[in-house]
Amino acid sequence: MRDIIRMIVVLGVMSAVSGVVLAGVKSGTAAKIEYQQLKFVKGPAIKMILQGCSNDPIVDRFKIQDGEIEQSFYVGVFDGKANAVAYETFGKGFGGDVGIMVGVNIETDQLLGIGVTTHSETPGLGSRAKDDPSFGAQFKGMSINKPFKVKPDGGQVDAVSGATVTSRGVCAGVTDSAGFYKKLKPQIIEQAKAFAK
Amino acid sequence: MAKTIVQEFTKGLWEEIPPFRLVLGLCPVLAVTKTVANGVGMGVAATFVLVCSNILVSALRNIIPSQVRVPCFIIIIATFVVVVELVMQAFTYPLFLQLGIFIPLIVVNCIILGRAEAFASKNGVVASTADGLGIGVGFTIALAVLASLREVFGAGTLSVPFSDTVIQVFGPSFQPFTFMVEAPGAFVCLGLVLAIMNLVGK
Repeated sequence: MRDIIRMIVVLGVMSAVSGVVLAGVKSGTAAKIEYQQLKFVKGPAIKMILQGCSNDPIVDRFKIQDGEIEQSFYVGVFDGKANAVAYETFGKGFGGDVGIMVGVNIETDQLLGIGVTTHSETPGLGSRAKDDPSFGAQFKGMSINKPFKVKPDGGQVDAVSGATVTSRGVCAGVTDSAGFYKKLKPQIIEQAKAFAK
Repeated sequence: MAKTIVQEFTKGLWEEIPPFRLVLGLCPVLAVTKTVANGVGMGVAATFVLVCSNILVSALRNIIPSQVRVPCFIIIIATFVVVVELVMQAFTYPLFLQLGIFIPLIVVNCIILGRAEAFASKNGVVASTADGLGIGVGFTIALAVLASLREVFGAGTLSVPFSDTVIQVFGPSFQPFTFMVEAPGAFVCLGLVLAIMNLVGK
């Protein structure tokens, strides 16, 4: 009997200590891990869009609650003014949702560029929307207030050849995002001010 | 104890070098040695877990009832493995992505449980630390040797651990011997290293 109690106590105490240690390590590294994930998953797209900014957009980020969705915004500081934000939106592609990072100048409402973050498109065709920088570069300078369409649909964007569906999805995603961008714009401007240097 | 602390350490480097002499822990050895950076990263992670678990197991060896020693060892080992996993995610994220499932699999790495059972549960803290360090360093060296052979011949490159640098070993006209970076290449490579070690050891 005493043996059994001893086993239970030893195992119980060890599990409890282990739980406490792990909880401590987990909460201690949570912020750092979130930063690393952003840096390596979304970082390349954010860096490309907010090229030349003087801050680290992954550090200077804020979140705004929009209905049920929490939207993250990454701030780019140019010439000492926090006048650009990048945020992620999703469009329907050929093989599933396509994640698109959209950069907007909050003073002029012009796009700074877009970049694909995550996708499950056909390698070599739809995936070029991510790998070929010239596709995303077309969006630079366009106004977010007009809907985006590919040229076959009477729009202004050259589709990636062989990947019209993907290109269409990206355009639709960016167009959709204009909706919540406009709705949240007062809050975005308010929050972004804090990051000006 | 007949052996000194130094001997406990050095035995892990040649006499009992894990994958080659004990032929234990082959799963990570074969799976992650495609590049030197991955191999060394895995080795360092396993060494950390091994040293920490050896210290704790030997410190607690008189408290742990022998009937439940294996669950106790697993708790200790699993705790350190999760710590390593979180720290790796926080500081060396690309390496974490490369090693993937093989980090949590350190829990069931038989080298670590083997040392806890065979050595740390019967010896003092200092000797167990030396044993863990020796076996861990030996494991890391073994992974590095195997990985450098496979990477140099299989891809023509040599990646430097814990940095993004990749050295091109051969000129641009090099045709990669891709068999080496595939799974069968790992077995062949391990076999060749074992044969050479037996030849030298005779």
